[in-house]
Amino acid sequence: MSSANPTAAASGAGQRARSGRGLLRFLARRLAAAVLLCAGITLVAFVLTQLVPGDPATANLGQRAIGDPAAVAAFRAKYGLDRPVPLQYLTYLGNLLQGNLGMSQQSHRAVAQDLAEYVPATIELALFAIVLSLLVGVALGVVAAVNRDRWPDQVLRVVSLGGVSMPTFWVALVAFYLLFFKFGLLPGGGRLDPGMNAPPHLTGFYTVDAALGGQWDVWWSAVRHLVLPSLVLAVYTVGMLMRFTRASVLEILGNDYVRAARAKGLPERVVIMRHVLRPAMVAIITVAGVAFGSLLSGAVLVENIFSWPGLGQYAYHSAVNLDLPAIMGVSVVVAAVYIVMNLLVDLLYGVIDPRIRLT
Amino acid sequence: MGVLLEVENLTVWLATRRGPRKAVDDLSFRVDSGEIFGIAGESGSGKTMTAMALLGLLPHAARTSGRAVFEGRDLLAMSPGELRAVRGRRIAMVSQDPSTSLHPMLSIETQLTEHMRHHLGLSGSQARGRAVELLATVRIPDPERALGAHPAQFSGGMRQRIAIAVALACEPRLLLADEPTTALDVTVQAGILRLLDRLRREQDLAVVVITHDLGVMSAVADRICVMYGGRVAEVGPRRDVLTRPRHPYTKGLLDALPHPESGAAALRPIPGGPPPLGEVPEGCPFHPRCGFAVPECRTDRPVPALVEPAHESACPPDPLGGAA
Repeated sequence: MSSANPTAAASGAGQRARSGRGLLRFLARRLAAAVLLCAGITLVAFVLTQLVPGDPATANLGQRAIGDPAAVAAFRAKYGLDRPVPLQYLTYLGNLLQGNLGMSQQSHRAVAQDLAEYVPATIELALFAIVLSLLVGVALGVVAAVNRDRWPDQVLRVVSLGGVSMPTFWVALVAFYLLFFKFGLLPGGGRLDPGMNAPPHLTGFYTVDAALGGQWDVWWSAVRHLVLPSLVLAVYTVGMLMRFTRASVLEILGNDYVRAARAKGLPERVVIMRHVLRPAMVAIITVAGVAFGSLLSGAVLVENIFSWPGLGQYAYHSAVNLDLPAIMGVSVVVAAVYIVMNLLVDLLYGVIDPRIRLT
Repeated sequence: MGVLLEVENLTVWLATRRGPRKAVDDLSFRVDSGEIFGIAGESGSGKTMTAMALLGLLPHAARTSGRAVFEGRDLLAMSPGELRAVRGRRIAMVSQDPSTSLHPMLSIETQLTEHMRHHLGLSGSQARGRAVELLATVRIPDPERALGAHPAQFSGGMRQRIAIAVALACEPRLLLADEPTTALDVTVQAGILRLLDRLRREQDLAVVVITHDLGVMSAVADRICVMYGGRVAEVGPRRDVLTRPRHPYTKGLLDALPHPESGAAALRPIPGGPPPLGEVPEGCPFHPRCGFAVPECRTDRPVPALVEPAHESACPPDPLGGAA
C-alpha cells in the first residue's frame, strides 16, 4: 500500500469495490470460524456436564424414587442417559442442527422454547447495560484523560476503582435497598408492573414490542423496570470502560496527528471528538465486546436478586437441578451471543478504521 | 520584505523528573516575509522546541520567556484562544513524518477542509472546491478522487505533499516545516523542497525549515541559523554560512557531510555528542567538542556578534580566521 503509487487515488472506485469484496471474504472467514467454535463449545460443555459429580436422576427424582431402581431406569431411558456418552453427544448435535435442544427435565418443555422466552429478557437487559456503560464510561474516561493527574482524574480514578472492585451482589443489594425500598424511585423487580400484560411477542424485547404496538404505558413500565438491574450490571463495566478509555485516549493523545490537529487551530473539543476518540474507539469496543460477555454472567446474580425472568435465572435453576439439556442449551446460547458480539466488534473495526476495509 | 517574525531572547524550560531544564536558551532570530529561513542543528539542539514554542504546542508543564513578535503581536503572551486563532490560520506546521502526522482514519477531504471551515467559515462545498485546488497546487494527480481517499493509499512523498496542502489551506504567512524531508526517500526529497520554494514565491509565504541536514539547507534556504545546545551558534545568509563558516560547530557539520567527489575519506565526524537536556556545559556549549577551544570558552558565555554584514557567529576567538 505504501509503495510509490501516484495513481492510487485514481483507482478509488476500484478500490471501493475491492474493499467491499475483501470485507465479505473477511466476514465469511469469521463466520466459518464461528461455526467451528460453536461446535467446539458444545463438545466442551457436553464433556463438562458428564464430569459433574452428580446424577441427574438423583437430582430430579424424589427421595422415594431414588430407592426405586425401576423409576431411576425409566428416567434414564426417557432422557437417553442409558446410552454411551459419544452417542449421546452425536444425538445431541444432530438434534441441535434441527433446532432441537432437547427437553428440560425441570420445566418439562422443549429447551428451545424455554430459551426463546428467557434469552430476549437477558439480551435486552445486557444491551441496556452496555449502552449505559459505554455512554457513561467513555465520557468519564475522556474527562479523566484530558485532565490527566489533575483533580477530576484523581476523583474518577477512585470511582472506576470502586466500580470494578465492588462485588455485584453488594451493589445490587444497596441499590435495591436505596432506590426501591427506601425511596421508592424505581420498581424492585420483574419486567413489568404487576397486572400488566406482556406486549405481543415479536422480538421478545418488551421495550421494542411495546413501542411497535404503540403501548406506551407498557413501554414506560418496561423501561423503568430495566433501569435498576442494568444500573447494577453497569457499575462494573462502567469502571472497566473508564479505565480503558482513559488509557487509550492518553496513548492516542501522544500521536503526531493529534499535534497536527492542534496545529491547525481546531477547538480542543473537535480535536478530542474527531481526532482522538475515533482511534481510541478501536480499543474501547474491543473491551466493550468482552464486557458484554461479563454482563451475561453477571446477569445470573442480578436476575435472581431482581426476579428478572431471564437466562441467568434459567441457568441458575438448571444448574442447581442438574438439568443437563437446559445447561447445554444455555451454554450454546451464551457461546452464540459471544460469537455474534465478536463479529459485531470486528465489523465495527472496519467502520472505524478505513485501513481495515482497504487491505 | 519586512520582518514577519522577530524572536527575542526565547528561553524554553521543559519539565523533567529532576525539575525544569532549558531546551532553548536565550535564542534570538528574525524571519522576513517571503524568505526561507533554515534552522540547523543536531537532534536535541532545541530546533523543534523552538517551533513548538511559537505554536504554543509545547509539552505539558513547559515554560517560556522572551518574546516572539509575529505580525505585531507577541505569540508567547497570547491566550490559548488567541493562539488557536493564529495556528493553522496565520502560522501552519508541516511535520517530519507524514505517515504519522496525517490522521490514518480520516479522509483527505476531512483533513483538508476542517480548518478551512473553522477559520475561514467556508461552506462544505466551498471548502471542497478549495481543497481540490490545493491538491492540484501540490501536484496530486486527480485531486477530486484523492479527496475521498485515506492517507494509507498514498506514497510517502504524496503524503507529504498532502500534509503541505493541509498546512497551506488557510493561506498562512508563515510555515514551520520540521524536518519536512527526513522521513522521505532521497529521490522525492528534492521534489518537496522545490515545492516549498515554489510556494513561497507564488504565495508570499515565509518558511522556516528545521533540519539537521545542511544539504537540504543548501538547496533552499535564504538564510541559515545553526543551533547548538539551545543557542545560536551562527546565523547568516546561506552562501556566507556554508562557504565561510565562522563557528567551529558549523565547520564540523559541513565536514561531516559526504562529498561524493572527494570520496569517503573526507568524512570527518564531530567527536562526542550533543549535550543531553539540562547538561549543557558552562561557557560556550560546544567547547568540550571543539578543537579550537581556549580556556575562556569554558567560562565565558559567548554572544553572537557580527563577523561580516548580516553574518553573526557566537565564537569570539574566531579560530577559523574569517574570510579575509
